[in-house]
Amino acid sequence: MTAGTGQNIRDRVAQFLKENRSDIERAWATTPVFTARRPADAAEECAELLTGLRHVIETGGEEDPSAGGLATVRPVLASLAARSAGGPSGSDRPDVTVLKGPLLRLWREQDLPEDIVHSGDLVLSNVLNTLRIALLEIELSAGTETILAQRAQLTELSTPVIKLWDGILAIPLIGTLDSTRGQIATESLLEQIVAQQARVAILDITGVTAVDTLVAQHLLKTAVAARLMGAECIISGIRPQIAQTMVQLGIDLGEVATRATLADAFGQALRVIGLTVCPDERGAG
Amino acid sequence: MSATSVVELQDVLLVTIQGELTDEDAMALQEELTTNVARSSARGVLIDVSGLDLVDSFLARTLHDIAGASALLAAETVVVGMRPEVAITLVELGLTLPGLGTALTVADGLDRLNGSARRR
Repeated sequence: MTAGTGQNIRDRVAQFLKENRSDIERAWATTPVFTARRPADAAEECAELLTGLRHVIETGGEEDPSAGGLATVRPVLASLAARSAGGPSGSDRPDVTVLKGPLLRLWREQDLPEDIVHSGDLVLSNVLNTLRIALLEIELSAGTETILAQRAQLTELSTPVIKLWDGILAIPLIGTLDSTRGQIATESLLEQIVAQQARVAILDITGVTAVDTLVAQHLLKTAVAARLMGAECIISGIRPQIAQTMVQLGIDLGEVATRATLADAFGQALRVIGLTVCPDERGAG
Repeated sequence: MSATSVVELQDVLLVTIQGELTDEDAMALQEELTTNVARSSARGVLIDVSGLDLVDSFLARTLHDIAGASALLAAETVVVGMRPEVAITLVELGLTLPGLGTALTVADGLDRLNGSARRR
């Protein structure tokens, strides 16, 4: 097929899309992609989609998902993708392939020579396939953005450094410590040791679900780095099961002080900086 | 370019290191310091590394050697003011400077040298 004929077919298909707009829109509005929407919205989206597709076919970009013509369709696709709450594998994911059936049926119903029907079939199939790829791309990038945002949130959440007393800091570690989170926790703790002139830092691992050799290694490194800076580190909140696991794994925390609870660690920290807690003589309550 | 200065504060030698320290500088410092400790019969050596933003394995070893030599001359060595990033780098390199005293600030270091009796 020469390029000239290809353009003729495209023009013919574009003309068909234009002339049968209302029929196609009506057929599309009943497909699962749009039935979940309010009828007015669905009609509007169908119209936008159709206009966009016609533009793509007219400019000959039906096989290139990054083509400029698809730019007009992207807002509609984005709104479709936003509805796929189940993610790329979810069952309620909008699938634009269902649009192909009604479109091709309407195309074939026309009284046209067979070769034009076949070529038009090809063009319409191509453009819908491209549309599907574009939709998938949008869905994937939306998923990636969500994951990145959530990871950033998690990192922020997981590393608060708390001042317990003048010269005593605590960092409650929560969840699973991977290398990124562990590193950020260490860095913020060391920075706060300098900023607040802390003599003692308590690493509380009450909220840590599992301690493997890697996590233990990290705790140890943090403690040694704190010591190099002139602060003492206490690890607290080691649950009995975790203590047993650590022994079975042969983890030795060396000379780093450990305590069962944060309260014990705080008491030890007060002793280190030379303070004691004693009952109030006046018996105030 | 580096500038190290050794100041005598009564019976304590305060060493301040500014900028990057080359290997030659580090060896010269070790030499000077050991001589000074012997001459002044100092009780302690405070090495302020807060101006250092790079510590390599050689410098770490030099610090360790200074501490060892000073200990032989009856002086305790305390490294003060190490920056967080330097501390992390040293730990990652596996240089944990065992046996070397550390303190947050020069004041803390002096307290430490003056014994636990004067702890805050």
